[in-house]
Amino acid sequence: MTDISAQPMPSQSAAASIMVGSKGMKKRHAAEARFKAYGIVAIVFSLGVLAFMLFTIFNDGISAFRQAQLTFPVTIDAAVVDPTGTRDRNTMAKVTTFSYTKVLNNSIVAALLDKGIPQEKVSDKELGEMVSKSAPAQVRNMVLADPSLVGQTITISVFANGRIDGYFKGRVTRDTASRDSNVSPAQLDLADTLRDAGILSLGWNSRFLTNSDSSDLRPETAGLGVAILGSLYLMFLVLIICVPIGVAASIYLEEFAPKNRWTDIIEVNISNLAAVPSIVFGILGLALFINFAGLPQSSAMVGALVISLMTLPTIIIASRSAIRAVPPSIRDAALGVGASKMQTVFHHVLPLAAPGILTGTILGLASALGETAPLLLIGMVAFVDNYPGAPISGFFDPATALPVQVYSWASRSDPAFLERSSGAIIVLLVFLVIMNVTAIILRRKFERRW
Amino acid sequence: MNDMTKSDLDVSTAKIKMRAEGVQVYYGTTQALKDVNVNILDKVVTAFIGPSGCGKSTFLRCLNRMNDTVASARVEGKITLDGQDIHDPKVDAVQLRAVVGMVFQKPNPFPKSIYDNVAYGPRIHGRTSSKAELDEIVETSLRKAALWNEAKDRLSAPGTGLSGGQQQRLCIARAIATNPQVLLMDEPCSALDPIATAQVEELIDELRSQFSVVIVTHSMQQAARVSQKTAFFHLGNLVEYGDTSQVFTNPSDPRTESYISGRIG
Repeated sequence: MTDISAQPMPSQSAAASIMVGSKGMKKRHAAEARFKAYGIVAIVFSLGVLAFMLFTIFNDGISAFRQAQLTFPVTIDAAVVDPTGTRDRNTMAKVTTFSYTKVLNNSIVAALLDKGIPQEKVSDKELGEMVSKSAPAQVRNMVLADPSLVGQTITISVFANGRIDGYFKGRVTRDTASRDSNVSPAQLDLADTLRDAGILSLGWNSRFLTNSDSSDLRPETAGLGVAILGSLYLMFLVLIICVPIGVAASIYLEEFAPKNRWTDIIEVNISNLAAVPSIVFGILGLALFINFAGLPQSSAMVGALVISLMTLPTIIIASRSAIRAVPPSIRDAALGVGASKMQTVFHHVLPLAAPGILTGTILGLASALGETAPLLLIGMVAFVDNYPGAPISGFFDPATALPVQVYSWASRSDPAFLERSSGAIIVLLVFLVIMNVTAIILRRKFERRW
Repeated sequence: MNDMTKSDLDVSTAKIKMRAEGVQVYYGTTQALKDVNVNILDKVVTAFIGPSGCGKSTFLRCLNRMNDTVASARVEGKITLDGQDIHDPKVDAVQLRAVVGMVFQKPNPFPKSIYDNVAYGPRIHGRTSSKAELDEIVETSLRKAALWNEAKDRLSAPGTGLSGGQQQRLCIARAIATNPQVLLMDEPCSALDPIATAQVEELIDELRSQFSVVIVTHSMQQAARVSQKTAFFHLGNLVEYGDTSQVFTNPSDPRTESYISGRIG
């Protein structure tokens, strides 16, 4: 021993002092610094992309929540809307929406005269076209709901035509209007005048959240009501289908199932199912639930079943890892005092795994909320004009969903729908944020240390 | 030495509580225990000693059929409690574990209140009909576990908030609450400091008056201090079983002598 310590090792003598950094040390530090820099660059890049995406969406979509509206006194001409003079709803219902167009046209012309606004190059017909095509129906519904309005003059707000609306949002310019058969530069000039006169205003548009979809000719009335309700139905149904099945399956696989080849196969297949493209589930849903089981197409129930098939693997995987994370000592403790396996699971393991299961479930639901492809195949992309009914029968009524509405609006030709599409994305994002925040709050609330 | 003589006398008059005959345990294809024959006496502390992996914990877990929960484990041989075979198809392992309680190496209180920890066993076994009765069980169990004075003012506080030694005594109280006839302890003091260890050891000595205690320990001093009977396991064999005084002072097997003198293990 003494011999060895007496002879200093040649290689170590050079780096004897710790004050002098060795060459290898410098290299290691440089590698570490480089790696940190890569990480920062990656994070900055992803944050930048996210910020850009959010900026674009909000920039395009926030205007969908504001809408050009015309406010003017409308004289409900009794001779037009109630030619028989009975004031009877059923008789009055025979008068079509078209007649109300005349009422509106006359009223707006009168309103301009009254305010002394010169119509100049805009004909009475063109002036009438500046009002949304949905307006006559709106007035008709009002009158049919309250026949005493007949003969009176009421001040109402109706949507302006989509092109006029687009003019104030920068979508339509005089240049494009000159090439557009739906709108003329003269109408745009008049729109400016009307705005100055206070007849036309740009205001908060709550009907974007409550109206149903509308046809290509009247983008200004298109709303998300049916899609929001459809998505809520979908989420509710997915929740009550997925959570019991998913949690029961994961408890069985994790706590009760024997570890053999069969459970291995099941395990591998659950992981594989999570990776199956969603459109495949759409085809499966079409074949299984609509063609074979005969459930009504476009319904929230079929959509929920298909999305449940897709979400189950996610929930099972998340729940299993949450259950596995419960320390085995807790199981031993419960078994040691004579709890049965089931009591052990339900009294101790499940409460401790609950935060993880909840988080996994809500995140699974959040991804299900954004799922589009399978819904296209089962017909939820259809134009749905009517709200689905109240639960439970409403689950079988035709409905649509938020992401599908985004898709269908984005594929329409009128740029006014593009704005609505971005608006729908904003609503979808708000839903997702709410769900994720709920997940975080629930996890915080139920988290327990052991 | 006086104590030893006294416990010797106890042992000679004690009746057999549990009997193991030809117990073999396999984990998959590896044999963990070979042909173990032991009599656990009533109201006596029996210590299992031996090097790590010698099978003493495995054998302990056979006594309340905790090995049933290990999928790969297979137990052969006969173990009886008061002459009744615990592997009899009529015996429910769940019920057995209420009679043969267990305390684990690491304190593992439930993440619930102290009260709920102790009350859990009586509750699931339906031992009580009223809240007052349950309160009484909780109190006596905590008293027996020498935790009552420290815990009586904070029964609704979480059991996980106690110190390590208190947690282990809480686990003992939890095991006592089901009114077991045998208490198995798997290295109950290995995660505790010397003071907490002393408290638990004192407790074990008191518990001996009510039921038999089987304790697995790595500390030979502990075995000598608390037990009246000692079994020495080595490589899956029960090498020697006898009165603690005899095993430690005059071992009959050379392997036991090597182990307690520190030559193997």
